[in-house]
Amino acid sequence: MYGLCDCNNFYASCERVFRPDLVGRPVVVLSNNDGCIIARSNEAKALGIGMGQPFYQVRPLIERGQVTVFSANFALYGDLSRRVMATLRSLVPGIEVYSIDEAFFDLRGMTEPLDELGRTIGRTIRRNVGIPVSIGIAPTKTLAKIASKLAKQYPRLNGCCYMHRPEDIAKVLGRFPLQEVWGIGRRYGRMFDRMGLRTAQQFVDLPQEWVRARMGVAGLRTWSELQGVECISFEQLPPRKQQITISRTFPREITTREELERIVAEFASMCAEKLRGEGSVCSEVQSYLLTNRHREDQPQRYETSLQLLSEPTDSTLEIVRQARIALRQVFLPGYGYKKAGVILSQITPASERQGSLFSPVDIQKQSRLMQVLDTVNKTHGKGTLVVAAQGTEPFRMNREHLSPRYTTDWKELLVVKPR
Amino acid sequence: MAQKNNPTLTFHAPDLSSRQEIPVAGGEVKAGFPSPADDFLDSPLDLNRELVHNPAATFFVRVSGDSMAGDGIDDGDLLIVDRSVTPYDGCIAVCYVDGEFTVKRVRLEKGCAWLMPSNPRYRPIRVDAGNEFLIWGIVRHVIKTFK
Repeated sequence: MYGLCDCNNFYASCERVFRPDLVGRPVVVLSNNDGCIIARSNEAKALGIGMGQPFYQVRPLIERGQVTVFSANFALYGDLSRRVMATLRSLVPGIEVYSIDEAFFDLRGMTEPLDELGRTIGRTIRRNVGIPVSIGIAPTKTLAKIASKLAKQYPRLNGCCYMHRPEDIAKVLGRFPLQEVWGIGRRYGRMFDRMGLRTAQQFVDLPQEWVRARMGVAGLRTWSELQGVECISFEQLPPRKQQITISRTFPREITTREELERIVAEFASMCAEKLRGEGSVCSEVQSYLLTNRHREDQPQRYETSLQLLSEPTDSTLEIVRQARIALRQVFLPGYGYKKAGVILSQITPASERQGSLFSPVDIQKQSRLMQVLDTVNKTHGKGTLVVAAQGTEPFRMNREHLSPRYTTDWKELLVVKPR
Repeated sequence: MAQKNNPTLTFHAPDLSSRQEIPVAGGEVKAGFPSPADDFLDSPLDLNRELVHNPAATFFVRVSGDSMAGDGIDDGDLLIVDRSVTPYDGCIAVCYVDGEFTVKRVRLEKGCAWLMPSNPRYRPIRVDAGNEFLIWGIVRHVIKTFK
């Protein structure tokens, strides 16, 4: 049996850990730069606030419904996510962290009653970390996902849905919307919609050959998993990242190359730091620029440029240099840019790095320099030591509704007044 | 109730990644004779292990104010708060009462609870079903810094 532990409305729930007054009240969380809605409490969903909707569109609803608004506080969410995962790990034989707010867990060898175990997991995470979760337990990961959605939907399940008898599974699939099945996605969802297939059971009833022909191996896996045949393996170690990206939408349009170069240099530094954190090196650096899509009266551009490196690197200096070269290739004056990003790709483990015989850089020396950079920024705070190309003024996001970083910064104190 | 010098709490998470270890025995010998203590080395003492029993459930809370001075909890002290401990009668806890956080000793009675300060300038607070009340976490340790 597999389990899925899914945090309910995770970002909104994180804010509520330190704001118990908001329990039972509508809460929304905005994306970086306060652009769109990225999380809603159940009460906010009930008001009709949509996922991904631009903030300005729902402003009237928010004012009328007395919704509490937060800017995304990923320092807090990341810390509470680690705590949720650590608590789960202490209760089951193995876990696979799937996203910031979801983890699969392995129940092989655990004794019944598994639904009781599921509820204990839920209660423990709720008490120890303060985050409400929904638990689904079923013979495959795909079915466990469905079970966790049922656990969220039906309060009488007490936060855990254990779905194992074939007749129960059949009953659930007969009613479960096909579009919501893990692995179906939007593209196939639309296809099935046109075909008139609505439930997971209708998909299961399709012939195997048809599924293979139309959806390939991935589709076949979903099809089999829905029938209780385990096809998606359990991965305890997170796969090495394929890409590392930092991108931001600007609060205002940026027109000058100098300013964009500074921003891109900063994003490249952040990417390089992440890369070293994973013990990886990359051999492609890409920069891109995007104009404001919402301004149809203005000329539009999306341009990207890729730099191939002569040898893999994890050096901030080299990555920043390449990102700026790429930027200069895509920048054209006369446009107002609203978004920029840096992407590192062709990522491999640093331990397998193939040095070039005629390398112009001393890898040992550079790696010592990077160690100093990382140590200084870790002990004295992010952005203490930066490359000059970033300038002295760090890129600031619009975060008007930011809550304190209660758990990761000594200076950001939750001030509470006892009576 | 004393309103001056209101106690204030601030929250932090422990970072266990850095370890300050204090070796209990033994030393490195560069050359010459091996240390006779080598066979008796214990692992170093780790304050994180001693004070943080359940890292995922442990939060740091800063005290400001003197309402718990009688229990040795003073202005500026750091509380180590464990949410995984089940509240018990007489525990010292970070509580949430009617919109505010406070640290108090909790007396559990039938149908109500008393939040007991340990400074005569403050009065006990009675909470029952009519209050918005939550025991947020149990205080396990207090860290004081002498300057």
